Formats: sequence, C-alpha cells, structure tokens
Amino acid sequence: MQSWCSGSSLAEFLQFQPNPQSLLYDYLQIKGAALHVQPIPANAAYSASTDVQCMAEGSCLLRKMEISVAEAEKRTGKNAVNMQETYTVYLIETSVTEGHNPVPDSLWRRYSEFELLRNYLLVTYPFIVIPPLPEKRAEFVWHKLSADNMDPDFVERRRIGLENFLLRVASHPVLSSDKIFFLFLTENGWKEAVFETGFLAKSDSRLKALNATFRVKNPDKRFSELKHYSDELQSVTSQLLRVRARVADRLYGVYKVHGNYGRVFSEWSAIEKEMGDGLQSAGHHMDAYAASVDDILEEEEHYADQLKEYLFYAEAVKAVCRKHELLQYELETASQDLASKKQQQEELAAGTVRTFSFKGMTSKLFGQETPEQREAKLKVLEEQIKEGEVTVTEKTLECEEFVKNAWKDIERFKEQKDHDLREALMSYAVMQISMCKKGIQVWTNAKECFSKM
Amino acid sequence: MSAGNANSLTSSGQQSIEEVSHPLSAEESVLSSPDTANAAISLAEKDLSLLNGTPVDTSSPASSSSLVNRLQLDDDLNGETHDLFVSVDDPKKHVSTMETYITYRVTTKTTRTEFDLPEYSLRRRYQDFDWLRNKLEESQPTHLVPPLPEKFVMKGVVDRFSEEFVETRRKALDKFLKRVADHPVLSFNENFNVFLTAKDLNSYKKQGLALLTKMSESVKNVTGGYKLRSRPLEFAAMLDYLDVFTQKLGTIDRIAQRIIKEQSEYLMELRDYGPLYSSWAAFEGELQKPLKSVSECVTSCATALEELTDDMSEDFLPVLREYVLYIESMKNVLKKRDQVQAEYEAKLEAIVVRKEEKIGAAWQV
Repeated sequence: MQSWCSGSSLAEFLQFQPNPQSLLYDYLQIKGAALHVQPIPANAAYSASTDVQCMAEGSCLLRKMEISVAEAEKRTGKNAVNMQETYTVYLIETSVTEGHNPVPDSLWRRYSEFELLRNYLLVTYPFIVIPPLPEKRAEFVWHKLSADNMDPDFVERRRIGLENFLLRVASHPVLSSDKIFFLFLTENGWKEAVFETGFLAKSDSRLKALNATFRVKNPDKRFSELKHYSDELQSVTSQLLRVRARVADRLYGVYKVHGNYGRVFSEWSAIEKEMGDGLQSAGHHMDAYAASVDDILEEEEHYADQLKEYLFYAEAVKAVCRKHELLQYELETASQDLASKKQQQEELAAGTVRTFSFKGMTSKLFGQETPEQREAKLKVLEEQIKEGEVTVTEKTLECEEFVKNAWKDIERFKEQKDHDLREALMSYAVMQISMCKKGIQVWTNAKECFSKM
Repeated sequence: MSAGNANSLTSSGQQSIEEVSHPLSAEESVLSSPDTANAAISLAEKDLSLLNGTPVDTSSPASSSSLVNRLQLDDDLNGETHDLFVSVDDPKKHVSTMETYITYRVTTKTTRTEFDLPEYSLRRRYQDFDWLRNKLEESQPTHLVPPLPEKFVMKGVVDRFSEEFVETRRKALDKFLKRVADHPVLSFNENFNVFLTAKDLNSYKKQGLALLTKMSESVKNVTGGYKLRSRPLEFAAMLDYLDVFTQKLGTIDRIAQRIIKEQSEYLMELRDYGPLYSSWAAFEGELQKPLKSVSECVTSCATALEELTDDMSEDFLPVLREYVLYIESMKNVLKKRDQVQAEYEAKLEAIVVRKEEKIGAAWQV
C-alpha cells in the first residue's frame, strides 16, 4: 500500500485501521474539530462544524487521483456451488496525480463487487443519494441489440457505466472520503474490511421500512413531495426508454429496406447502357445509407444510458425518502410510548384508572394492589420515562440531522440532475441533426447520380 | 456528465448546439443548378421535371409565373411549335339508377384546322379513355401507345371513389392524353379528334365495336399459332431487355411499398414518443422548456415524415406503374411483330408447297 501523501493527516486517515468508528474519531481529532468524545454514529459524520472542511477534503480524492475503468475481460472460474461459470471482470486503474511521480495502480473487479460497495454506501450514508450502477441485465433493448450480458457492446457500455459510477462517488463531497471506497479502488483484500464494518447488520429490513411508510403520521412535506416526484420521474423515464427502443427498431427497418434498392439498382444497371453508371453509383449510395443506421443507433444508446442513469437515480432518491419515513416513524413511536408511559404514571399516582386496561380489570377482580406494589411500579415507570425522554431527544436530533443533511444532498442532486439531463438532451439533439445531415448528403448524392443518367 | 473524467457518455458531437448549422442551409448551394439565380425555384423546377417526366429547360431564368405554364407548355424535343393543348381535371361523381361513376372534364385548346372550334370542353369517363386507347392501338399497331392507369380495381380492397384514388387516376389520364397530343402521328388520329370534340361519344363508339372484337381475337392467336423459325437479333434482345426491365421495376415497386409501410410504422411510434416529453415537462422545473421543445421537434418530424410518405405514394409509385404498363404495351407490339413474321413465314412455306405441287402436277400431265 503506497503512502503517497507521506506525513499528511490524510494518509494516516486512510491507512488500514480495524475500527472505522475510532478512525473517524481520530480523524476529527486531527482536524481539531470542536465536537468529539462520544463515538459518532456513521450518519452524523457529516456534521455541522466540519461542513466546509469535509467538502473541501472530500472532493480532493478526485483532485489527487485519476480513476478509470479501462478494460473488460472474460474469465472462467468455479463459483460458490463449485460450478464452472463465465463472468466479466473490469480493470480499475488509479493514478495518483499529486507529487512528482505519478504512481499508477490497477486491479480487477467483478460487477458483484461493485454491487457490494454500493450496498455498503447505501447503509452507511442513508441521507445521501447514492449514484446508481449500470443495469445488471440489459433492459429496454430494441431487437437488434442483444440482451446477452456477454455481448461485447453491452460489456463496453457497462464498462463506461461503471467508470461513471466510480467518478460520481469520487467527486461527491461526502462519499469520496469514505475509506472503504478507497480500499475498493486500491486494495485487493477490501472485502474483509467492508464486512468488518458490520454494515450488513445495520441495514434496515424491507419490512420495517414498508411498515414505516404506511404508518408514519407526519413526514416532512418536502420529502413527501420528493417521493412523489421520484415516482413520476421513474414512470416517465421507463416509458420513454421503452418507446425509444421501439422507435429505434422501426428506424432500423426503414434504413435497412433502402439497402434493397442498392441491389436492384446494381442488377438493373447491368442491362442499361447510358443509365448504367448513374444507377450503379446511386445504388452504392443506397447501400451506404442502409449501413449508416448501425452507427447512428449505437450513438443513441449513449442517450438511453443517460436516461437510465436517472431512472435508477430516482430509486436512490426514494431510498433516502424511505429512510426519512423510517426515522420519523421511530421518533413518533418513541414519543407515543413516552406519552403513554407518562399517562400511566399519572393514573397510577392519582389512583384512578381512566383508561380501560388489563390492570384495571384484574384490580377490580382480584382487589387493589398494595401501596408497596404501587410504589415499585411508579419507580419502574419513572426509570422508563427517563429513558424514554432520552430516546425521544436522541431520535429528534437524529431526525433533524438527517433531514438537514439529506436535504443538502438533495439540493446538490437536483442541480446535478438538471445539468446532466440538459446536456443529455442537447447531445441527443446534436445526434439527430447529424443523422439528418448524413441523410440529406446521401440523397443529394443519389439525386445527382440520377440527374446525370 | 458532470463527473470529472467521464466524457465517454456524451455523444461524438462535441460542438455546442449554437454552432450546429441547420441541415438545409448548407445544402442549398449543392442543389441549385449552375445557371439559375434563384435556388428555391430551381429546386422546384427539378422536382417538376421529375414528376412530369418531361424535360425542363433549366438554362432559361425561371420566373414564378412560368412555373405554372411549364405544366402545360411542354418543351418540344423536335423544336416544333405546339398547337394542341389538352388537360384532364375536375372529377365529379355521377349517380344514375344503373351505376355510379366518375367523369372528368377534358379541355382542348388548338389552332389546328382539323378541329372545327379553337376550344372544347366536355366530360369523359374512364370507359371513354379506354375506348380511345384501343382505337389508337388498332389503327396504329406499330406505334407505341401510352398506357392508361389500371382498369380493374378490386372493389373490396380499393375505394374507387376515394379522393386519393380519383386524383391518382386523374393525373394518369391527364398524362395519357397529353402524351397522345404530343405524339406526331397519334395526335392526328381521327378517333382522337372525335374523343376531344364529340358531344355524344357513345353513338360513335358503336360503329367501331365489331372491329375491336376481331382485333382482340387475332392477338390471342399469337401464342397458339405457328412457331417462329428465329427472331431477328435486335427484337430478341429487346424482348430480353423488357423482361428484365419489367422485373426490376416490379422489385423497385415492392421495395418502395415496403419502405412506405416501414415509415408508417416508424411514424406511429414517433407519435407515441413525442408526447412523453411533454408529460415529463409537466412535472419538472428547470427542465420544462428543453423537454417541451424536444416534444415539439419530435412532433414536427412526425408531420414531415407523414408528408414524405404521402408524396412517395402519390408521385413515385404511379410513375413506376406507368412504366410497367408501357412495357406491357411494348411487349404486345413485339408480339404482334412476331405474329406478322409468323404469318409471313407461313405464307412463304405455302408458296413453296404450291410450287412443288404445281411442278408435281406438271410432271403428271
């Protein structure tokens, strides 16, 4: 493991440490942050007073390092059930740009490893919109494109998508400073490290999340609106991708049929005298026209990929919303618990049972409890209430922190989305214009051939 | 892409959109002919010349009014002045107890002395054109008579009274009549004169009926009769050429129809595609304008494509079909020639036989 920023605090930070939490503690100490002492839960790493510094430090990974997914290769090996399988590996190349000697490094990773990294990020930074991976299986394909994962065009587009993923993470103000991410890029043995973070245990169960979504009473309005927006974005982009694939299919058909002209003109030119040459050249132009559609549609796939990225991004946004609902629900539940405990305390102290309860029933049936019993119960309740209050305070803080941090990242995401989609639409338009220009050129040439006949 | 080094997801077009010129602006200089000043008009002229099948003299500077005149003033290849102008227009439906049919107005303007009046305008139906053509073929069998549009249409498949069909037919009839009028021999044919001038064509038709049936019978005899010894080389070559030519035209027709079909299906998908961008724009903020414009662009493309497809059906396909019909009549002429050759050879044979009989008889005497 190279130490390329020797002596800098960042190198210390990034050196392999068994305990990530104490690591963060150390890091903040080194930076002279005001708040420390308590072990900081992972999602509050992005705290108020270190805001600006984190930002600056975070994005420095990309400034100090070049990252690319350079190649893809097929491998065969034995999988978990000891069967032969073929899979593709991708070469991640990194090169430290700081310092006098750029030190390049590289290693091979499978798609499933990228998935593991992303799952880790999802759990560790639930308030961040985590960049999506390129699709696992080819979807929204028009018929000529193969839906086969081994198809070279698919592999190539996936390589680009994976590189894009890494660059997005590396340029994110928060995510780029993640140690596991760095190990993923540079260390072959990263898997042990990622499992040691224990992130799997921290992940919320689907059921819990679903439950919260249905039962939460007062989610932040902005998040509800955001969730609604994400749903609409998902819906429209998937429809768009589907119809675009059909349009591509039809366009392919139109172009290819023109190729038949080429053949027939060539056959016809054989029996003509004066018209022969003209027909022959016109035929060549028709062939060229028919052949040009392959490149055109290959380029359009880039546009489709850009749309797909935001289709998947919408899902990532929804994940953040779900986390908010979960936290909000937990807060509401804790508050409710506290309130009911307080009420119980009141009732017990006043000696009246206002609410219908099992206790009330049994006391009526079996007689009231003794004052000693009541004292004991009150004591227990007091303890519980104290704990409850702490819980509620913690949860409230957690919720507020989450909302604040999440909203910050959402604003960043919104800007990024507007910028990226605008660029995507522009390049799509440029593509269309270029396609039309080529078409006009071909037909102009053909027309000339015809007029010379 | 905003991410640092990822430039691979953007397209190859690295220019900003402002730099990209409109596709048609650069191309105009290529399309204009060397002589004419006005690119737009020369473009229209070239279109006209292709549609009409008549050559357009592009060396003379075009004025906009002459565009209209060119439709009627066909440039003459032989340099003669034209003194006979015909046109077919104004289709109208006639409903009678027996049948429903369409008539067309046939207008004639002429300075020829064979015609009593300088101008005529009367109505004719398809039957009348068909009659005229048959008469011309009969009376001038060695000349190539221009073809008529298809006579029979399958009633279930094509609507005989739809605007499209009637218009296509009218154009073809107009072309037919003009070609006859321009023909140095056919235009002086008596039947042609009658067609253009007679108020009551039906009574005139009845006179020539008998001859028509006789003619069609003799044509049928061609295949069943005497076999030719050999066809002179040039005619054989001509027939071969016509066979291949007809085949190729047929193929082109089929390809064009297939393209039309594919384009229509493409059009259908485009009509679904465009509105999706507008519905997206509805719930976006910053992106609303660009998305809306994409939607509008897709819609205009769809409209343009529709026009293109219609034009192909209306202007390109009929010309192909016309030539197929032309080839049919050419083949018929060649068949007739074959038949004449066959009769001639048969007569020669008969003479030889008679001579031998005569000599034989002389010997016996």
